[in-house]
Amino acid sequence: MPLDFPLFPEAASTMAGQVDALYIFLVVLSAFMSLLIGGAVFYCAVRYRRRSEDEIGSNFHGSILLEIVWSAIPLAICLLLFFWGAKVFFAQSRPPADALEFTAIGKQWMWKFQHPDGQREINTLHVPIGQPIKITAISQDVIHSLYFPAFRVKKDVLPGRYTTVWFEATKTGSYHLFCAEFCGAEHSKMGGQVVVLEPEEYERWLAGGAAASQSPAEAGAALFEQLACVTCHLDGDGGRGPALRGIYGEDVTLNDGRTVVVNDEYLRESILTPAEKIVAGFQPLMPTYKGQISEENVFKLITYIKSLSGGRETPAGGAVDESNVPQDAATDAATEDTP
Amino acid sequence: MSSHTTDSSRSNYLNAAYGVKSWLLTKDHKRIALLYLVAVSIFFSVGGLFAALIRLELLTPEGDLVQPDVYNRLFTMHGVIMIFFFLIPAIPAVLGNFILPLMIGAKDLAFPRINLASFYVYVAAGILGVWALINGGVDTGWTFYTPYSSMYSNTQVTLVAMAGFIAGFSSIMTALNFIVTVHRMRAPGLTWFRLPLMVWALYATSIIIMLATPVLAITLVMLMLDHSLHLGIFDPAQGGDPVLFQHLFWFYSHPAVYIMILPAMGVISELVAAFARKRIFGYTFVAYSSMAIAFLGFLVWGHHLFVSGQSVYAGAIFSILSMLVAVPSAVKVFNWTATLFQGSVSYQTPMLYAMGFIGLFTIGGLTGIFLATMGLDTHVHDTYFVVAHFHYVMVGGTIMGYLGGLHYWWPKISGRMYPEFWAKVSALLVFVGFHLTFFPQFIVGYLGMPRRYHAYPPEFQILNVLSTAGASVLGLGYLLPIIYLTWSMRYGKKAPANPWGAVGLEWETSSPPPTFNFDETPVVTHEAYDYHHRTEDSRVA
Ligand code: HEC
Ligand SMILES: [Cu+2]
Ligand SMILES: [Cu+2]
Repeated sequence: MPLDFPLFPEAASTMAGQVDALYIFLVVLSAFMSLLIGGAVFYCAVRYRRRSEDEIGSNFHGSILLEIVWSAIPLAICLLLFFWGAKVFFAQSRPPADALEFTAIGKQWMWKFQHPDGQREINTLHVPIGQPIKITAISQDVIHSLYFPAFRVKKDVLPGRYTTVWFEATKTGSYHLFCAEFCGAEHSKMGGQVVVLEPEEYERWLAGGAAASQSPAEAGAALFEQLACVTCHLDGDGGRGPALRGIYGEDVTLNDGRTVVVNDEYLRESILTPAEKIVAGFQPLMPTYKGQISEENVFKLITYIKSLSGGRETPAGGAVDESNVPQDAATDAATEDTP
Repeated sequence: MSSHTTDSSRSNYLNAAYGVKSWLLTKDHKRIALLYLVAVSIFFSVGGLFAALIRLELLTPEGDLVQPDVYNRLFTMHGVIMIFFFLIPAIPAVLGNFILPLMIGAKDLAFPRINLASFYVYVAAGILGVWALINGGVDTGWTFYTPYSSMYSNTQVTLVAMAGFIAGFSSIMTALNFIVTVHRMRAPGLTWFRLPLMVWALYATSIIIMLATPVLAITLVMLMLDHSLHLGIFDPAQGGDPVLFQHLFWFYSHPAVYIMILPAMGVISELVAAFARKRIFGYTFVAYSSMAIAFLGFLVWGHHLFVSGQSVYAGAIFSILSMLVAVPSAVKVFNWTATLFQGSVSYQTPMLYAMGFIGLFTIGGLTGIFLATMGLDTHVHDTYFVVAHFHYVMVGGTIMGYLGGLHYWWPKISGRMYPEFWAKVSALLVFVGFHLTFFPQFIVGYLGMPRRYHAYPPEFQILNVLSTAGASVLGLGYLLPIIYLTWSMRYGKKAPANPWGAVGLEWETSSPPPTFNFDETPVVTHEAYDYHHRTEDSRVA
């Protein structure tokens, strides 16, 4: 049993300091309040202890002023904490535009990661220091949760829908990677290490591994042919399906008049359940690929379609993007945010 | 009304009739309360046994005592039993059942038969739960998150959900009974703002139960259909939405937190007033704060979903609403503390529990603010920090309130005094054992240890060992009252009508009370906890 144990977790990301500041503020506040209340209870219990059997307390039993004071102060502190906490949370939810794009697939009971260049890993993740890393994640079965305690970030990984988590590591080393959402028998074994490397070391690590034969975009292009997507989606107009060049990040108008922004979540839905949202001016001809393409391959197709809009800024992933998607259609409920 | 000691050898509800039938078919709210007392104690012991096994497993990081799927069943059944079969019914169905009619000067609850029915519905649910347990149990966590529970777990999800579904009806029956009783059966002169705060708390709780439990029932039915018939309501592969389940589940289960804690707050108000011999400070604020908590409690469920992929704006709304709940909770704590000021404080066991409650609930409530703060919750969500937080509220709050109330009203319930020395020892063990068990869990949670982990990294071990050590002290603290309270039923000193010198209608009738509670219907002429009027009256007399 190791006798020197930590009381505070390693802080290894740009986010860690912000979360720790909240935590330390709250710990100090709680200690102060607990001591104040505990002290007052203790003081009164001793000072006003019963001295004779038939003694009774005073008749002082109300003060509007006190009630206002001790409602207003907690209210003010709580509101402050709300705004402060929301600010940190928004930062945690919005990956920077230049983040390196990783993908993760959770399944009972392992994490499968893919690097931007196609390199793959299981239960271990190597990342370069000082670079924002965005992980788009999906589950193949139940709900999992991707948790990096040293980076102070966590996001549930859902079946049927993308969520994203991002961080920028600030300290090289090896840290825990956990699944935080109970997911069955081996839940506590569903994790491993995240290894933060200097950029050159990361490059070396990438080169040293069984180098991926294709980048995810190339693999996606190959799939696009193989699955006969090309027969309908031509590189220019005139195909039975819309041309896919340059659509990523743009608005697309649907046949019911709504506009939605083309992001990862929309692309995934368009491929797996095309009938949910029909592009204006097209027929619902596209066959459903649900259950026929693995999540890995969906990721590749999406990367390929994104590469056709090369250099475009990435719109926020499905999880944090609600400004552009109307919430009215009942059919959305299953895939969009469900407030 | 006089508060002289009544001859306890005369007929009371305990000796009014003998025989098993007179108990099992009783319509007397006091006897039904005792039936509930026995039943919830059994469930508490079973749930506690599971907790002991969990703590033993976590002594070592390797996960070597039981298999992972056994471990998963242990924490699931611990949660299900403690929440649905102990914490939710404990204070309302045992203490509330016994004391509510006495506090308002009524002969019984409004619907005695429904009261008895609620007990048997509860027992039926319990038997179903135990049967499910014997037939393999359930491994989903008490939160039953889909699609694990609906599509992947091959344990007794349907049976256990059914048990929870049935138990809900028992709560609803009790709540309905309380609401009607408070509205219709108050003694002459007992206006709403003369009610003891325990009654306000039970009333607020009953409203939550009536409004929230049906949602749980519907949710559990959907879960059962999904699990047994694979309807796919929550299964994305069939177009369903797994996160929808979390919304429905927490729409009930967050208010359920208040179903568990509000009655305990009511008990604490009674104890603080009685042992400081002083009117509760800010009576109206304490009463209204119960209602405010009941209302706000319905609007905050999404604070369990900050990292679930829920929209950040929805998260923000749930966060700010959750912050608002902190205000009425703080108001209560400040008012209790202010009640002690210039009081006449004595330290009998119920008061030790009340002071313990204030301490533990303060920490439980403050750590709730950590979790409502979104940016911080991202890190601590689903870790031991959450486990520690809700045990401070549920165990430190509800069980402290329950034990405090049980000791306070024990003379009324049994007609006997409990042994003060042993009771103080147990109160102390509970307080110390509690901190030792759960405080380390805050630390290990912030370090990042996820909850529901059968095995864990070795650097978390010391904190887990401390926690297990604390749990054994806590276990001893809980064992003692079971022994000495049972003992005192027979051998305890005979209790006078009002052993604490407290005011309140329940102390004006004999201990134990006659079957119909009061020989003549009391008339109320003063505010609650009016110690000054009573002394004036007795001086006049
Ligand atoms: C039978 C012809 C056909 C095939 C094969 C087909 N699609 Fe489509 N696709 C369409 C049509 C028609 C639409 C527009 C109607 C709609 O939105 O469903 C469309 C829409 C889309 C969209 C949405 C485009 C936008 O502008 O919003 C994407 C993305 C897409 N398809 C990807 C694919 C991929 C990837 C494949 C191969 C796995 C594929 N499609 C195969 C006919 C096809
Ligand atoms: Cu898991
Ligand atoms: Cu909650």
